[in-house]
Amino acid sequence: MKLFRRPSSTPLWQDEFSVFTADERYVNRRQFTKFLTLTSLAMLAGNLWILARSLFRREPAYPAQTVATLDEVPVGGVKLFAYPAANDPCILVRTGANTYAAYSQKCTHLSCAVYYAKEQNRLECPCHQGYFSIADGSVLQGPPQRALPRVIIEQTDGRLVAVRMEGEGA
Amino acid sequence: MNIDPRQTRGLTAIDGAMVLMIVLLIVQIWLLSATLESYLGGHREAALPGAIISAILFLACLGLYLFVDRVDADVRRG
Repeated sequence: MKLFRRPSSTPLWQDEFSVFTADERYVNRRQFTKFLTLTSLAMLAGNLWILARSLFRREPAYPAQTVATLDEVPVGGVKLFAYPAANDPCILVRTGANTYAAYSQKCTHLSCAVYYAKEQNRLECPCHQGYFSIADGSVLQGPPQRALPRVIIEQTDGRLVAVRMEGEGA
Repeated sequence: MNIDPRQTRGLTAIDGAMVLMIVLLIVQIWLLSATLESYLGGHREAALPGAIISAILFLACLGLYLFVDRVDADVRRG
């Protein structure tokens, strides 16, 4: 079977707008399949865009930033800060006497601000009940598909210093 | 009303191709969303296989469209 249609002697307008009802059923179906093919092309363009972004993406430079002093936050307490830029809200939780956890405060579902639920020892998003583990930021429940980006905290001279982020894609 | 059996066969072939295209498109939409989630989660290694499979699915859709176009031309113009 030949793949391509033969060139037609009928003008395009006559071919596309036939006066015969039987022909119209064919034209409608062909136009719908053309729409489906163009939608498929759009999906491919999206995948190629992601590929290009991942190939040409440069690793962002994270500044070292003092978040708090060691005794500033009590055990089970929370401090909010911005890292790496002023419009990137993050949350620091003191989980033990000498253990801290810090994550981006933007829920990976729709960017609502997550908060620390002390009784359940987890981070919760109030918008759609997305719950995240305080241990590694992974999703425990709810619509989010990705873990919270983690802020790596180092203890230096009695200070908690944010040095970089992990799990941040875009 | 007499229906030309050739036309009926042509319509059945086109309908079958359309259903297949819709299935392929659903798979491609799922693939795009999964690749995007993976990329946003910091896993960039999924981008290349995602793009290759998406290209294969698009080529399959294009092939089916050319098939529909051909059947349409054959049945209507003889």
